[in-house]
Amino acid sequence: MYPKDFYYTKDHEWIQVKGDTGVVGVTDFAQSHLGDIVYIELPKIGTKVKYRQILGTIESVKAVADIYSPVSGEVVEVNEELSNTPELINQDPHGKGWIAKIKIADDSELQNLMTASEYEKFIEGQK
Amino acid sequence: MNHLPLSKKEIKEMLKTIGVESVEDLFKSIPEKIKLKHELKIPGPLSEPELINYFENLASKNKSTEFLSFLGAGAYPHLIPYIVDYLSQRGEFLTPYTPYQPELSQGTLQITFEFQTLICQLTGMDVSNASLYDGSTAMVEAALMAWRIKNKPKILLSRTIHPEYREVAKTYFKNLNIELIEINYNQNGETDLNELKEKIDDKVAGIIIQSPNFFGIIEKIENISEIAHSFGAIMIVTIPEFLSLAILKPPGDCGVDIVAGEGQSFGLPLSFGGPYLGILACKSEFVRQMPGRIVGETQDMEGERGYVLTLSTREQHIRRERATSNICTNQAWCAIRATIYLSVMGKKGLREVAWQNIQKANYAKKELSKIDGINIKFNNYFFNEFVVEFEKDPEWINEELKKNGIIGGLCLKRYYPELENCMLLCITEIHKKNDIDKLAENLKNILVN
Amino acid sequence: MIKKEPLIFELSSEDKRAFQLPHLDVPAEKDILDKSIMREEIKGFPQLSENEIIRHFTRLSQMNYCVDIGLYPLGSCTMKYSPKINEKIALIPDFLNSHPYFPEELIQGNLEILKITEELLCEITGMDAFTLFPSAGAHGELTGMMIIRAYHDSKEERRKKVLIPDSAHGTNPASAHFSGYEIEEIPSNERGTVDVKKLKERINEDVAALMITNPNTLGVFEDEISEISEVLHSKGALLYMDGANLNALMGITRPREMGVDVIHLNLHKTFSTPHGGGGPGSGPVGVRDKLIDFLPIPRIEKKEGKYFLDYNRPKSIGRIRAFYGNFLVVIKALAYILSMGPEGLKRVSQIAVLNSNYIRKSLEKFYYLPYKSPTLHECVFSDKWQNEFGIKTLDIAKRLMDYGFHPPTIYFPLIVSGALMIEPTETESKQELDEFIQAMRKIAQEAKENPELLKSAPHKTPVRRLDEVRAARNLILKWSK
Repeated sequence: MYPKDFYYTKDHEWIQVKGDTGVVGVTDFAQSHLGDIVYIELPKIGTKVKYRQILGTIESVKAVADIYSPVSGEVVEVNEELSNTPELINQDPHGKGWIAKIKIADDSELQNLMTASEYEKFIEGQK
Repeated sequence: MNHLPLSKKEIKEMLKTIGVESVEDLFKSIPEKIKLKHELKIPGPLSEPELINYFENLASKNKSTEFLSFLGAGAYPHLIPYIVDYLSQRGEFLTPYTPYQPELSQGTLQITFEFQTLICQLTGMDVSNASLYDGSTAMVEAALMAWRIKNKPKILLSRTIHPEYREVAKTYFKNLNIELIEINYNQNGETDLNELKEKIDDKVAGIIIQSPNFFGIIEKIENISEIAHSFGAIMIVTIPEFLSLAILKPPGDCGVDIVAGEGQSFGLPLSFGGPYLGILACKSEFVRQMPGRIVGETQDMEGERGYVLTLSTREQHIRRERATSNICTNQAWCAIRATIYLSVMGKKGLREVAWQNIQKANYAKKELSKIDGINIKFNNYFFNEFVVEFEKDPEWINEELKKNGIIGGLCLKRYYPELENCMLLCITEIHKKNDIDKLAENLKNILVN
Repeated sequence: MIKKEPLIFELSSEDKRAFQLPHLDVPAEKDILDKSIMREEIKGFPQLSENEIIRHFTRLSQMNYCVDIGLYPLGSCTMKYSPKINEKIALIPDFLNSHPYFPEELIQGNLEILKITEELLCEITGMDAFTLFPSAGAHGELTGMMIIRAYHDSKEERRKKVLIPDSAHGTNPASAHFSGYEIEEIPSNERGTVDVKKLKERINEDVAALMITNPNTLGVFEDEISEISEVLHSKGALLYMDGANLNALMGITRPREMGVDVIHLNLHKTFSTPHGGGGPGSGPVGVRDKLIDFLPIPRIEKKEGKYFLDYNRPKSIGRIRAFYGNFLVVIKALAYILSMGPEGLKRVSQIAVLNSNYIRKSLEKFYYLPYKSPTLHECVFSDKWQNEFGIKTLDIAKRLMDYGFHPPTIYFPLIVSGALMIEPTETESKQELDEFIQAMRKIAQEAKENPELLKSAPHKTPVRRLDEVRAARNLILKWSK
């Protein structure tokens, strides 16, 4: 379920590191809890974010959740497709539903995050 | 206690089911020391005839209906077709609440959707909400939208905006560290563009003007929009007399971003100032910053068209302190009345009403301008209100008029000290030619003395 | 039952009309306005005959459920019967036709109504003064919080925080925020009331007030209210009470006795004015002595036997809306209070609490009751037992419609997962309550035996379950050709 090469946060974001850039999204657990996603507020390209700072918000019909950045860095790309088809997050949270790409400022921050198996254990406790 | 339908026997049965001896036992969770030891000192109970008598007696202490009045200034006397009362008094419109359960509220929801459409047609805006409290708070909410959208600390406000609306803005903004800057008017009674250009800078989130403004004058909205946009500010127009839009160029065609207004003219009686109808409409790009309920079209599980409250994540029950506003209950029933009113008047009728307002106000202006001692203060286009200047004290003139059964206009001194001899008069379709002639005749006589 | 009605725009066709204006009796002039400031006709605007309009809105009315039809047990909304005579009274021409700027001697009746209502609300709550101008509950909250802020500011205290229990209405944090405050949430304890221990930990000189609802949104009376008030006052903070649930307390206890400093009421809840499909409401704010100077302008005062509007209030927070609030709503509330009298109002609260407890007792074997504390005018169940069969609160609510009832408030308060918040009010007969109880019991059984029936509910409404996700993803907010 949860890709082995991703890192995970307690706020249910994931990050996949590719070179000096990380692809960020929310986990399957997060999307299934929120229900049908109807809107996402994407960050602007060029925004500098810090670890655990708000990157954007994600909305279902009756709930709003903040997306926190798993690392510090600069937003270099956002998934524009989500503006019109936010349901991609429901359909493919770890793939086509990615939210933003961040140029990682300090990769030592990745040590704060969980591995797939740690995250699976973590959400087991949340159910 | 005509609406407490339990019999003594039923109460006993219910207490038995619950497993307590008496009704008092149900209140044991309230500490004895804070329980009320005396009976409330209030009058009653009054029977229906006594109640009617009581209020008719109070009503008779008003003399509202005996006088011919020329007051407007944000509360306008207009004709109300009887079926507006007839339909809106139905229990199905009066006694539901906010349509939280759409399957049982399609009536309210569809009418609100129709209301939103009518407001968009009138204003030329893309989106309208389901209503706010009144014109003054709608204007404040529009300003707060601009403040959030631009994240800048200043709001420019024309002095030709209704003085009470400006006071409300001051009350709200004081606690939010929003700087309010007023722009004066020029000798034509419209917002002074030179002063506006001097005071605007890139810290300004929004500019608000009123049109027709407090003096009744139609503002040059397009020019102001251009200035606003050249500084990256949001252009807001507030419209206390929404009827004017039946004939005036819609704000949407004048570069306006947000329209806030008062819909009282659409089927709501004067009612000593409320309940009225706050209107808010904007361009679609700002919809997520809009406060209040919004109804959207959707389908049911069989593909039939239906309506629901939508974009709820903006609202306080979901976003709490990060909501776009604290508003919950609004003025839904007033919006229903407005929708019925606008349907009854229709495309041609509404324009005719507006046209009669302009014609009659224009006639009054001409008649009054013939009188010695009266000067038409501002030479400009106006809708159904205009300012006259007297050589004598307008408060004294009003006292004299009152002796002959006339309530004159609003003396402007209280709000604009520099206009100490000025009075704002309002003429609508309810005024007959005779009424206007009577006013002119009386003023002539008073001013001769 | 009416199932479908086109939009008014779709019924419209050229040249039809429903109203004839009197002939223009002044000489008509051309070119009064310049063409450049005028518009063309309003595109798409409706054109119908009078009888078509009557049918359209009458048909739409029949797609609404309302209190006049049956039990409407929305928790915290107090959907009681609105006496019809009060509507008639509010239509008296001398009220309807009075302009807000009429000279004071011609509006003495209006001012007297406002003054009397203020005084009666003072007696009912024990507060020292009221303003009737806020247009609804949330507007009252905002007014109340502005008063609190002005009070602290007047003592040159810049308090930044407002404490709010996690069970509060969403309007509370929103209102405090728009008064310029930061919000700190206070958790509830296992009894569902404010955790006084936690409150003591959080309270300091930076706290302006605590906003409390009593009885709270679980229907539970905050029995430590006196201690809460003392804790706050000892640090100079004030106690704000959301009076949405006053229907449980009239003639029994008062905010004054509880140590409350500021309260807002909802005339459309406790005092029976019709909810109107979501307003107009009215949210009067009452305060204790030390806060009177800060009330919004104008105040209604009396001098030499005449009422007048007093604007000379230098410490006032200012004006909170144009004119004097929702006056006609105030008239209806006053008529209600007078028709009930002291004994009647107490009886209202007693029966409201009796009805709620009767429902609670009758349903507690069928639905999970997350908090066992005694409750007053409302009770909160959850869908926990039905979850087992894949049934959620929403399904229960929708199925209830098929039995001819409006559902309770759902998914609120937030401290109960899948909440069903039931407030029957005092104006229901035992027969109506029993039918509701039967329906709820049947639904509990159906959840076990035929969950699909609930998931596909409602079946008997003008439209079936509506797709809110579709509405939010594909925004259609007005009609277009």
